[in-house]
Amino acid sequence: MSAQTDARAAAGRSGTAFGPLRALRLGAARIVYETRLYFRAGDTVFFTFLFPVVLLGIFSVAFDGLGNVGTNADGSGGISQAAYYLPGMIAAGILLSGVQNLGVDIAVERGDGTLKRLAGTPLPVLSYFIGKMGQVLVTSAAQVVLLLLLARFAFGVQLPADPQHWITFLWVYLLGIVTAAVLGIAISRLPRSGKSASAVIIPPLLILQFISGVYLSFALMPEWLQNIASVFPLKWIAQGMRAALLPESFASAEQGGDWNLVGVATALGIWLVAGLILCRVTFRWIRKDS
Amino acid sequence: MSVRGLRKQYGTFTAVDGIGFEIARGETFALLGPNGAGKSTTVEILEGYRDRDAGEVSVLGVDPQHATLAWKARIGIVLQQTGESGTVTVREQLSHFASLYPHPRDIDEVIAAVGLEAKAKTRIKALSGGQRRRVDVALGVIGRPELLFLDEPTTGFDPEARHQFWELIRSLSREGTTIVLTTHYLDEAAQLSDRAAVIAGGRMLDIGPVDTIGSEQARVPLVRWRDDSGLHEERTHEPARLVAQLVAAQGEPVELEVIRPSLEDVYLELVGSAEAEEATAGAAGAAAEVTA
Repeated sequence: MSAQTDARAAAGRSGTAFGPLRALRLGAARIVYETRLYFRAGDTVFFTFLFPVVLLGIFSVAFDGLGNVGTNADGSGGISQAAYYLPGMIAAGILLSGVQNLGVDIAVERGDGTLKRLAGTPLPVLSYFIGKMGQVLVTSAAQVVLLLLLARFAFGVQLPADPQHWITFLWVYLLGIVTAAVLGIAISRLPRSGKSASAVIIPPLLILQFISGVYLSFALMPEWLQNIASVFPLKWIAQGMRAALLPESFASAEQGGDWNLVGVATALGIWLVAGLILCRVTFRWIRKDS
Repeated sequence: MSVRGLRKQYGTFTAVDGIGFEIARGETFALLGPNGAGKSTTVEILEGYRDRDAGEVSVLGVDPQHATLAWKARIGIVLQQTGESGTVTVREQLSHFASLYPHPRDIDEVIAAVGLEAKAKTRIKALSGGQRRRVDVALGVIGRPELLFLDEPTTGFDPEARHQFWELIRSLSREGTTIVLTTHYLDEAAQLSDRAAVIAGGRMLDIGPVDTIGSEQARVPLVRWRDDSGLHEERTHEPARLVAQLVAAQGEPVELEVIRPSLEDVYLELVGSAEAEEATAGAAGAAAEVTA
């Protein structure tokens, strides 16, 4: 007992046993643990993972009768409803997997004592966040692949063949999902209790999806609503996804008449930095003096 | 562990008002007191969950307000309430928590020690309240802590589970684990702890080995019997002599009892007299204000 205690104390003093490598190793273990938990929670699997997939299916089937979108005057050309909705559904998936999933998840964990329990263990905060980010990346990547496969094979959507569009797709996706995850962590502070988490976080996100060109064409919105939506990141993620997946001819329907990828990168970059600062300032394992 | 002059205020309410004690390595120490006495606040300060307003605290040589991961690896905490949804199984949860510690105990041994062998592959949310509590205890000890905090550990246990739990705590104690127990089951404190402190209204009323707690008067054995004139009680250091006198005077007494005050009796008297004192002090204060 005492020899062991001494060894332990020595390891603690030298700091090697609790260094960054351990934080990374535990972070990896947390990713596996968190992802397992995610897929065991039936409601998250439906409302964040399958929701965009189901909606893509419904929209593609329901609006099929309206014919193609963006056809020429003689009725030729254009793209199918499924192809038209695909970028929006991917953007919604990014928002749900990042902001909604983590916002609700962490608020619930704060409410039910999970965070308090973890705070009493030698788990580094960094490892906890690696676990959350990893879970978001794994589940969101699976969701996006599922959406692309469904679009391609169930609805015959023609996906881009050139690498340029896929590069756009990749950076918009990565910047979008990391920003969404960070913002999810930041807004997890808002609900006063774990029970109210869904009710506080889901409705504003739903409104955001309606005004950001996910379910309704962004061009249909009055300009003042477009300007409001432009403050938030979802509009930019959706725009970036349209740039990656829609034909060039659709660029003219955007605000300003082009894809404005610089604007996409700038807006998401600002939100990412703001989100990181918010997390740094507001995240605590527990509300210390509540 | 040493605590001196500990104070904690929430707004104008003083939850802990100048508490101090020392706990030796390997000791089992109980904190007793009614609800709202300041027990949980005190323990949460020791665990590093809350910051104090005044006083000095050293736990395993470290100020818990500046806890490091290395320090957290040496302590185990069983919180008062946990309500995790628990979609993981008992075994998955324990093996995950074991991975957080540098020298964890064997997972199957811990599962066996808390008597959950048959439930190892069951998801935690499917367990009964008492079984979940045992998972909490298992998670508290999985990291092989030198110091274990137990906050109301057996609330919701049936008597058999409580006795099994006591056995587990005794075996941890035999291995040299220091244990800090808060409980309102006084038999639990009497069964497990070497020393106890009684807290009420944020102040420490008494501290010492369990069999010396309370005033000298409160510990004096009580002889109780009934005769024609009703029920009699007499406190005496020589109960046998008193009983012998009774037998000599009036033959076999009716409903004879010789009572050695239990911790519970002593405790109730301590807390009761503290509350009475507070009420008197409060009344005196109010009177003084009126006069002023």
